[in-house]
Amino acid sequence: MNPAAPIPDPTPSPAAPVPGISDAERAELRRQGILLTSIEELYNWGRSNSVWPLQFGLACCAIEMIAASMARFDIARFGSEVFRPSPRQADLLIVSGTVTKKMAPQVVRLWNQMPEPKYCIAMGACAISGGPFKQGYNVLKGIDRFLPVDLYIPGCPPRPEALLHGLMELQAKIRAQPLTGPAAPPHLRPGADGGECVIPDFGPHDLQPPHDPARWQPPRLIRTE
Amino acid sequence: MAAAPADPNGVTAMETIEQLHARIAARFPGVGATVVLNPGPAAQHSLLIPAAGARAIAEFLRDDPELQLDTCSNVTGIDWPDREVTETVRRTVTEPPPADTPAGTVPGTRVVEEKVRRAMPGHLEVVYHLYSVAQGHGPVILRLRTEDRGERVTLPSLTPVWRACEFQEREVYDLFGVVFSGHPDLRRLLMWDEFRDHPMRKDYVEPDDYEWEPTPHDRVLTRAQRHYPAPPAGSGDSATR
Repeated sequence: MNPAAPIPDPTPSPAAPVPGISDAERAELRRQGILLTSIEELYNWGRSNSVWPLQFGLACCAIEMIAASMARFDIARFGSEVFRPSPRQADLLIVSGTVTKKMAPQVVRLWNQMPEPKYCIAMGACAISGGPFKQGYNVLKGIDRFLPVDLYIPGCPPRPEALLHGLMELQAKIRAQPLTGPAAPPHLRPGADGGECVIPDFGPHDLQPPHDPARWQPPRLIRTE
Repeated sequence: MAAAPADPNGVTAMETIEQLHARIAARFPGVGATVVLNPGPAAQHSLLIPAAGARAIAEFLRDDPELQLDTCSNVTGIDWPDREVTETVRRTVTEPPPADTPAGTVPGTRVVEEKVRRAMPGHLEVVYHLYSVAQGHGPVILRLRTEDRGERVTLPSLTPVWRACEFQEREVYDLFGVVFSGHPDLRRLLMWDEFRDHPMRKDYVEPDDYEWEPTPHDRVLTRAQRHYPAPPAGSGDSATR
């Protein structure tokens, strides 16, 4: 053996990156019994299949949510059967029902108490826009005035199948989330703080502020007639 | 109740509102309850009782052995704003005799109809629906009126008489602003404590937070036009988004 021979450098040079592997090739490997995956895929697979919702209901949509968790519809098939009674242990806030102005600060406070990563579903017409109570004086015209909503499920109330479909869409969204870069969830971005949502105060005539201006602005519209 | 027909279920027919009113007038002379007739097909007549004697009359209605109105099923409010009513008044006037009438003729008369406009001051009204579970009859409807809609809105609470009134009187206080004296826990029920308005009053102005919606109509359309005014004519700006 030539002692003068150089020791090969085990680290690949950054100029020559390891070529990637396409999804088709990976699927072919899986068929042959070889599981080749990435940390990102494994991590997102795990957390997308154990989305624990907060045990929190507001109106008739909550009845549909409860029905979805029971044997006939069985939300446990999607790993979301563990309705947590504490926001500290929950990943998903299902705003299931009418959010009155009196209830809105408590909903935002629950959201603030949930740890990242967390997701929010606005279930039903009331949580989306105020629904049939939109023109009333005491109903919040959509929870997206205060919370970052990931998914809207229309319906009045939505059927349990619609909630399950929404949950599957949320799982797809979670699986597609990168763990690095600017699109990563806030808890994985160094320096990025998801921040607390603004908790409105009870004012003499309305909530103060009536909506979080950083999160939501009323639609601008110019009439043509 | 000798005149009441026997009911196979043991339910005795209640006395009429006029009979009840007569008994109250005899029992509480000088209080001045009046019957408010309902001319509609429901014919649910009610008793308007003055605030001063309300507690005594309520206790009488609860404890009277024939009535036994042991349940207050509903308390609600009505807001009567200041309004002007037009009434038609018929008056008989004497025709002045013509100048050449011979003395001794009887002057003619005719009936004149006049429309009189009268201002009715507004007030708040609280309505109680009373039933008797023991006797199986009801409802007896009580009305209480405040003096006006501004400062003098205090009425006696009937919660000491019927415990079921407690939350419903709180609701009337919350939404109409009627203050119940003698209520054990008079706080707002539905709105938050810091809220200052009374939303079910006719002159309540809700927060001006209209948002665009696709098919506005009626009052909503008026609000839509106020919030999204039409572009000035000839500006050429017809973009909608």
